[in-house]
Amino acid sequence: MLTLTSPVEIWAHRLPAGVKLAALAGATLILFWMTTPAQQATALVAVAVLTLSGGTRFARAGARMLRPLLPFAVLVGLWHLATGEWSLGAVVVMRMVTAVAAANFVTMTTRLSDMLDALTWLCRPLSPVLPPQRLALAVALVIRFVPVMLLRAEAIVLAWRARSPARPGWRVAQPLTLAALDDAARVAEALRARGGSG
Amino acid sequence: MEKNLSHIALFAALVAVLGLVPAITLPVGVPITAQSLGIMLCGTVLGARRGALAVLLFLALVALGLPILAGGRGGLGVFASPTVGFLIGFPIAAFVAGLIVERWRAPVGIAALAGAVIGGILVLYVFGVAGMAVMLGKTLPEAVLLATPYLPGDLLKAGLAALATQGIARMRPDALLSRA
Repeated sequence: MLTLTSPVEIWAHRLPAGVKLAALAGATLILFWMTTPAQQATALVAVAVLTLSGGTRFARAGARMLRPLLPFAVLVGLWHLATGEWSLGAVVVMRMVTAVAAANFVTMTTRLSDMLDALTWLCRPLSPVLPPQRLALAVALVIRFVPVMLLRAEAIVLAWRARSPARPGWRVAQPLTLAALDDAARVAEALRARGGSG
Repeated sequence: MEKNLSHIALFAALVAVLGLVPAITLPVGVPITAQSLGIMLCGTVLGARRGALAVLLFLALVALGLPILAGGRGGLGVFASPTVGFLIGFPIAAFVAGLIVERWRAPVGIAALAGAVIGGILVLYVFGVAGMAVMLGKTLPEAVLLATPYLPGDLLKAGLAALATQGIARMRPDALLSRA
């Protein structure tokens, strides 16, 4: 399955995931402390420079990932224009875009395997209740079964279309859930037959 | 143990797949998909604990960078976006929905409807609305206004979750772990 890691390799791909995640956490905290439009604009420019440092293809992909924020930006912008608190509105919109763009930058420059290592490291305190190998197995199962279930959803839709001119819509949900339950029982048996989940 | 693990993993995948089912996008931006139906089903079918763990596993994979959130979104950015409250509310919503089906010995369809409405809508909206209020610097009533367009769709999904849970109770009574 595709991940959101950028296929365009840039310098930040070579940084350790832990460093990037810690920097992101720090940067996000600082963003929520800054209250003037000038400070927020500086941060926004910094993130834009960071994203542009990966070249135009990388930056264009980064911009595309920000599109879901557009309606919120428009809505908040109009709201604050109407109430007259335009500087507060500018802070809110710029902070939102900067925070999301910075987080996307980390996602785009970190491979899934490195992220997984970071997650395993973060979950170390939980190891008495959640052994790392069980977490890794669960993650692998989900990654494997998302495409399997997508195919099954398509098969259910086709079966529906063969019998009815109406669109199946959300009626695929029930057979899909049933299939997930049956698959889960089979996977459990297969795991037990191979020595258990560790 | 293997049974718990495989159910949690497969339902995390189910939530992802339901989020990729074609969606209607509202003018407000967040697409309406069957993803929240998946969250409800985690609770009403798997029960409180397993349901919440399945949703947490799903969120972990979103954070790792898989584009499995409604509308093909994902990565760390979604945890900094205005809709983060809904993400925080997801596992709690599944837990509450599951708890209601486990504890309330009403007919399964009715308990599942109550679980889906109280957990999957009421609890989820409390977190979602609070999140939008904080992230967008709005008051709570203003944030409620932003969330109301989703209410009709979510009520429909609660009904679908109840019907699906009832159907599973009939077809695979042993597999309905929330009532096992």
